[in-house]
Amino acid sequence: MSNILSRRSLLKAGAGAGVTASMLPFLRAIPASAAGNDVLVAVTGYTVNSLDIHRTGTNRPSYQIAVNCYDRLVSFGIKETEEGLSYDYETINPDIAESWTVSEDGKVYTFKIRQDAVFSDGRPVTSKDVKWSFDRAVTVGGFPTSQMAAGGFKRPDQFEAPDDYTFVITLDEASKLALPDLAVPIPMIMNSELAKEHATADDPWALEYTHKNTIGSGPFTVARWDQGQQLVYQRNDKWTSGPLPEIQRLIMREVPSPATRRALIERGDVQISFDIPNKDAAELDANPDVDVFSNPIENAIYVVGLNYAFEPFQDSNVRKAVAFAIPYEEIFQTAAYGRGKPLWGGKAGVTSTEWPQPSPYYTDLDVAKDFLAQSGYKDGFEVPLSIDIDQTSWMEPTALLVAENLGKLGIKVTINKIPGANWRTASLVEKRLPMHLETFGGWLNYPDYYFYWCYLDGHLFNSSNYKSEVIEELVPVTLPLPVDDPAWAPNVKKMIETAFEDIPRIPLFQPAVNVATHGAEGYVYWFHRQLEGKTLKKS
Amino acid sequence: MGRLRQISKRVAQAIPVVVGVVIISFVLTRALPGDPAVYFAGATADEKSIAEVRANLGLDKPLPTQFLYYVRDLATGDLGRSLSTGQPVTEDLARRLPASLELTLCALLLSCLVAIPLGVLAATRPNSWVDHLCRVLVTTGVSMPTFFTGILLIYVFYYLLGLAPSPLGRLDFIYIDPPSVTGFFLIDSILAGDWETFLGALKQLVLPAVTLALFTLAPIARMTRAAMLSALSSDFIRTARAAGLTWRTILFGYALRNAMLPVITTLGMVFSFTLGANVLVEKVFAWPGIGSYAVEALVASDYAAVQGFVLAMALLFVALNLVIDILYTLIDPRIGFAD
Repeated sequence: MSNILSRRSLLKAGAGAGVTASMLPFLRAIPASAAGNDVLVAVTGYTVNSLDIHRTGTNRPSYQIAVNCYDRLVSFGIKETEEGLSYDYETINPDIAESWTVSEDGKVYTFKIRQDAVFSDGRPVTSKDVKWSFDRAVTVGGFPTSQMAAGGFKRPDQFEAPDDYTFVITLDEASKLALPDLAVPIPMIMNSELAKEHATADDPWALEYTHKNTIGSGPFTVARWDQGQQLVYQRNDKWTSGPLPEIQRLIMREVPSPATRRALIERGDVQISFDIPNKDAAELDANPDVDVFSNPIENAIYVVGLNYAFEPFQDSNVRKAVAFAIPYEEIFQTAAYGRGKPLWGGKAGVTSTEWPQPSPYYTDLDVAKDFLAQSGYKDGFEVPLSIDIDQTSWMEPTALLVAENLGKLGIKVTINKIPGANWRTASLVEKRLPMHLETFGGWLNYPDYYFYWCYLDGHLFNSSNYKSEVIEELVPVTLPLPVDDPAWAPNVKKMIETAFEDIPRIPLFQPAVNVATHGAEGYVYWFHRQLEGKTLKKS
Repeated sequence: MGRLRQISKRVAQAIPVVVGVVIISFVLTRALPGDPAVYFAGATADEKSIAEVRANLGLDKPLPTQFLYYVRDLATGDLGRSLSTGQPVTEDLARRLPASLELTLCALLLSCLVAIPLGVLAATRPNSWVDHLCRVLVTTGVSMPTFFTGILLIYVFYYLLGLAPSPLGRLDFIYIDPPSVTGFFLIDSILAGDWETFLGALKQLVLPAVTLALFTLAPIARMTRAAMLSALSSDFIRTARAAGLTWRTILFGYALRNAMLPVITTLGMVFSFTLGANVLVEKVFAWPGIGSYAVEALVASDYAAVQGFVLAMALLFVALNLVIDILYTLIDPRIGFAD
């Protein structure tokens, strides 16, 4: 707990070390407006439950610590888009590594580590730390290990540290996913010496220590964490992987009620409201003081899943009838308030590898009726449409609108709400929901990566029990191919064509992550959907 | 001496209740349909990583074994670790229970300060304007859902008028929590002699406390009014009047004292349901209390947290009932513990 500030240590530090006022974490009572230009306050509706992404049970909102307090070997670049700044999947920049080489066969990656990089306690970053951190990620099990495996990193013997500033990774087979997978939050570099001091026989990876302390070399350290209330980032002045952040401190306050968060951002008492509901984003757009950013989440689609285990959905005409009956525009306006990207009414025939891309389906009840008439279920049938109670904000209106239109075809839909704790088991693990709403977003932004998770037989997000010979054959061969390989684009187009023809998952729209700022600038959208503090500043 | 023995007897009587609560809360949480291993294994977990998580959480063992582990830990005061907050449950409860208690007690105090005089006035002047005011206030208070009242108060006093501080929980981010003694920020800041933090905490407390007070006004005011009406029409009041005692003595010395019993009973009931039911107020004001903690734990099938919450509540209610019983004997000497 030595990193957590206490009032006592703080006053002592203030009196003894002669730190400036701006360096004091908190003054006892100063108005927020006087807090200075170097403190930003952000509110979110989520709660952080650990400072270590590698720990079992660490939730999504806690991933922000991995990106704000740790560095990686490489990182993604940043680009301008119509919706403001966004990370750039195409550009991979050095982070802790200053350069790297790839062997002829694409299997051996040799990284040179920067010699000036230090951890927040001043110890230099060496390849031994990288090796230790990577060993940890592939060993602890659960999410970190499966995310590492996606890039081809499976065993500690794949990582070598021949000297302090050289790090070598040997892959079992070459894959385009390897390098980008090093820039996701999981392969962060930890201070292995410090961790080993806190390791025990039961806990060789010091998970208990990093659960409450950050031991990275990233742009910030966690100065204070009051679980369920706030997280305070303090700038790490020893950070060397980029220009030092302009803000000294970023305070993340947890405010569960969206109405309260909205009042706070409108009044300008907080500078950032992170991940706001679509409705608020649409309405806050009208407020001239507030900037709203709505970035479509890359490689993510909200879909209606039709489960092949449910007999009527084995009939291709039934699936097409459903796809033509869905009121896409109404759903997009009601469930998403027009935030995100429509994914219907595309041209027939797949001409690009862009993903997500609009499906060729659109709302036409007459076409839908024709398809149903050609099917073995022309008199309709009954089906439950399952939704997740945790995601009712978009699922409930969507389900109601789908049910209404399918009712016009004679398909009687009942809506079945499933509590959050059961949702994953029912939809993804047991795959037993006949008709359901589903969402998957891939960190690695390739269409074949999406297909790997969502269309391959038995894979987790293939909640439709879909199995196509074409896709079973194409995905494994396409996934490792570089995108400039002549076979890649035709293979991907073929996959998309097959998915649209068979339509086990009906794309509705690409969701957006909405962020409102009032007096802050430099917000960047990241694929991990967390707030990164290093680019932020007051305006 | 006799009373002390009675009290310890009452405490002893609570032991089977607590044992029952331990067993029932364990069985009920396991009976919940959710699977925490799947829930906490993360987005891209496969069968293998779910199994790893299950083993890490000790959920791969048979239920009786899990129960024995639970009881063994319980005996050493270890309530386990909450998955959704990542903290030991005892720490969570130690931080959140005082937050809820502080809010609830302040709200009830406020509520009593308004409701009891209002009820007394309404009873002494039935069908007057005071009585009607009482009725209107009580009806509005109880018929508006607390989250609505909360948002309305935030809208008016924070958003429009700017009088209230940012609804950011127990303290604005510019303050540091006072050194924890009782966990009640108001008391702790006084103990530390830190008046700025006291004021800061008090300001944060006003709106949520008023919201809750409005909601709890109704039962207390109505009960005071009814109890006062029946007390005022009873024989001993008539006798007291005939004996020429002053109106003030009659009202406060005799009638109110006799009317207090049902009011205290109501207060106990209101207190217990407010503590559990102020989830919505906690959410609206970002108050890190016990209600939202329990609800989130339940949604995530967070066994340790749910069990810890139920157990803490059971102990609290045992204590509360005891306090109320003692209060009875203070108010009405005819009531004793002895049966």
